Amino acid sequence: MIDLTTIWAFIIAFAVFVYVVMDGFDLGLGILFPLFPQKADRDVIMNTVAPVWDGNETWLVLGGGGMMAAFPLAYAVLMPALYTPMIAMLLGLVFRGVAFEFRWRTQKARNKWDLAFAGGSLVATLAQGIALGAILQGIHVEGRHYAGGWWDWLTPFSVLTGIALVIGYALLGATWLVMKTEGELRERAYQLSWILLVAMLCAIGAVSIATPFLAVQYTQRWFAWPNIILTAPVPIAVAAVTALLLRALGSKNDHQPFFLTLGLFALSYAGLGISMYPYIVPQSITIWQAAAPANSQIFMLVGVSILVPLILGYTAWAYWVFRGKVRPGHGYH
Amino acid sequence: MFEGWDAVVLARAQFAFTMSFHIVFPAFSIGLASYLAVLEALWLITKREVYINLFNYWLKIFAVAFGMGVVSGIVMSYQFGTNWSSFADKTGPVIGPMMAYEVLTAFFLEAGFLGVMLFGLSRVGPRLHFLATLMVAIGTLISAFWILSANSWMQTPTGHAVNADGQFVAADWLKVIFNPSFPYRLVHMVLAAYLTTSLVVGAVGAWHLLRDQHLAGARVMFSMAMWMATLVAPIQILAGDQHGLNTLEHQPAKVMAMEGHFQSHKDGAPLILFGWPDQKDAKVKYAIEVPKLSSLILKHSLDAPLAGLDTVPRENWPPVPITFWSFRIMVGLGFLIMGLGLFSLLMRWRGLLYQTPLLHRFAVLMGPAGFIAVLAGWITTETGRQPFTVYGLLRTTDSASPLAAPAVGSSLIAFIIVYFAVFIAGVIYILRLMAQPPHPGEQGPATNIPARAAGITPAAGAAVEGAR
Repeated sequence: MIDLTTIWAFIIAFAVFVYVVMDGFDLGLGILFPLFPQKADRDVIMNTVAPVWDGNETWLVLGGGGMMAAFPLAYAVLMPALYTPMIAMLLGLVFRGVAFEFRWRTQKARNKWDLAFAGGSLVATLAQGIALGAILQGIHVEGRHYAGGWWDWLTPFSVLTGIALVIGYALLGATWLVMKTEGELRERAYQLSWILLVAMLCAIGAVSIATPFLAVQYTQRWFAWPNIILTAPVPIAVAAVTALLLRALGSKNDHQPFFLTLGLFALSYAGLGISMYPYIVPQSITIWQAAAPANSQIFMLVGVSILVPLILGYTAWAYWVFRGKVRPGHGYH
Repeated sequence: MFEGWDAVVLARAQFAFTMSFHIVFPAFSIGLASYLAVLEALWLITKREVYINLFNYWLKIFAVAFGMGVVSGIVMSYQFGTNWSSFADKTGPVIGPMMAYEVLTAFFLEAGFLGVMLFGLSRVGPRLHFLATLMVAIGTLISAFWILSANSWMQTPTGHAVNADGQFVAADWLKVIFNPSFPYRLVHMVLAAYLTTSLVVGAVGAWHLLRDQHLAGARVMFSMAMWMATLVAPIQILAGDQHGLNTLEHQPAKVMAMEGHFQSHKDGAPLILFGWPDQKDAKVKYAIEVPKLSSLILKHSLDAPLAGLDTVPRENWPPVPITFWSFRIMVGLGFLIMGLGLFSLLMRWRGLLYQTPLLHRFAVLMGPAGFIAVLAGWITTETGRQPFTVYGLLRTTDSASPLAAPAVGSSLIAFIIVYFAVFIAGVIYILRLMAQPPHPGEQGPATNIPARAAGITPAAGAAVEGAR
């Protein structure tokens, strides 16, 4: 049954996924920054995303704003529950966002802003991963309010998902550099991609094993008959994409590693959806309970169906304008 | 730490602090984006090099300011959930879609074309590049449209109903969006953004004219900025007056606080110029007042009766001293800006626009006046609407998240430390860019990458040549 609320659940999920796709590699570059200490390399790395980072982060605003609009109750419960990770993420994004411009505006303090870029990216990513884990492990709700404490989010599981996301974004960043750079820088990105891919597979494995222990619902969702017919293809597809990714890295392909890593993200994300659906706050609030009235959802649906294709169009154009390898000294000109 | 503090007060302090930092940047970038579009259009039409030089000069400043606006804006969009979750739950169905439309119609437009605007002139050519600049400028205006509509709905809510869960829901979207105070607030704020920018541009032009009266770039920007101040300041004062009359109709208690009218006046209320409002004793101490003038301004009649706060239950009073004083700061600066515009008009008429150091010093001094006026205006309208978040319907105390004071207090401290560190650095970088005079062959953003300066220096110059 496809109703308005289900459509909106998919739209919000889509916005969050586009955010992960677009800002993931962008944050990953920040995470990798300390591994590229040379100024020339750092300039190139920055220049590969400088023209597009702002658009990438706009999807985060759409995810948040859209959730407040379409599922206000979920937004109102989740944000206080994830208070500390959210604030940490926002502050991290402040540091890394301003670093894009600030580091060109000073000679003396450039290293300071490079550190802000790296640290801000790391903190923001860790916070997003922790928030994800905190949502999955369940949130204490009473009535229409969050009823837990302000440290409930911190558990071994949420730390695991935090680290997993850091590894994942770093892999996206490394494969992005493989695609966008040349020479020695690209070679280093290749080596990093191998290490990070192994780490990412371990992380996917660890989170997949830990999740069913969080709640019996997750176990049933994944392993009970007949669900398993529908869920089994996900791990099989992960194995297939991994094989392709290993081959692409082995043959030093330019574009495939990045897009196949996105494939891994898409599959992990689908797995997440399988675990959560139809809850938006696991085990306590379903998408229908959290949904805004139909007239709010319809009003926005009109805008979304016209504007999102348009946005994807001109975003693609911006990427097209700045396509190709970024060379040292040439910047994005 | 923060045990025994009121979490709602801390959450309000956090909103006020982060909002005050944020609003400065959009106010500047709305005006600057339009100014950049005008400069580029003038360059495309006249082919005069001075315009593309000025464009590149201000583009660098725009890039820094815009980045700060973006990151401080992301904070705002999540703060409704973190600190004001009850508000988010109750008003989400009405406010949420408006903010979603802001993202879809404005933020993406700005962000999507910003990269091309900043770095793409040599990649896409002048015409497409101008389109990108125009899109960014239009995006900033669309953003103002939606966010001011949402804010205005909170000030003068119409077109809504309340559902079984106690949520506000839209009964008529057109009435929600075009609520009674929205057109006035939109005009007032957009004009304020334009004036703010013109004062900054004017101050930078004046600063360089004080050093070199013949500097072409400084002359052009100073002249353009002074035309803006001359023409728009009087319009803004008129728009502000209309906005005030609209507020009197829909939020009378706010106007009472702005005027310091604790008592009702049956035949003609005085205009209190200055004084010290005492909320507890419900009177303005040391008041200097002009008899009956307030009635003349607000009711267009000397003897018109005006109600005071004594007609409003005390628990619904806004904080009078803040509202009273921030209003006076805004109005005072408004008249000073108009004074600057008239002074420049006089000197222009005499042919001494570029040769009057006194005018230039005045303009430099007035550089930050727009920002202060915008902040004062916002403080007036936001504290004047207290103690409600949705005027008359939802109290601020019923809007907050169920958080303990230590959580809100710690995040407040974190924001204060980070914002001061980051944004003061940003302002210093902007001031440093402004301290450089605009010169021929001016480069766009990120040109101080040494490697590029060696390799591609003639990029903008080549584009200029190519267009000729």
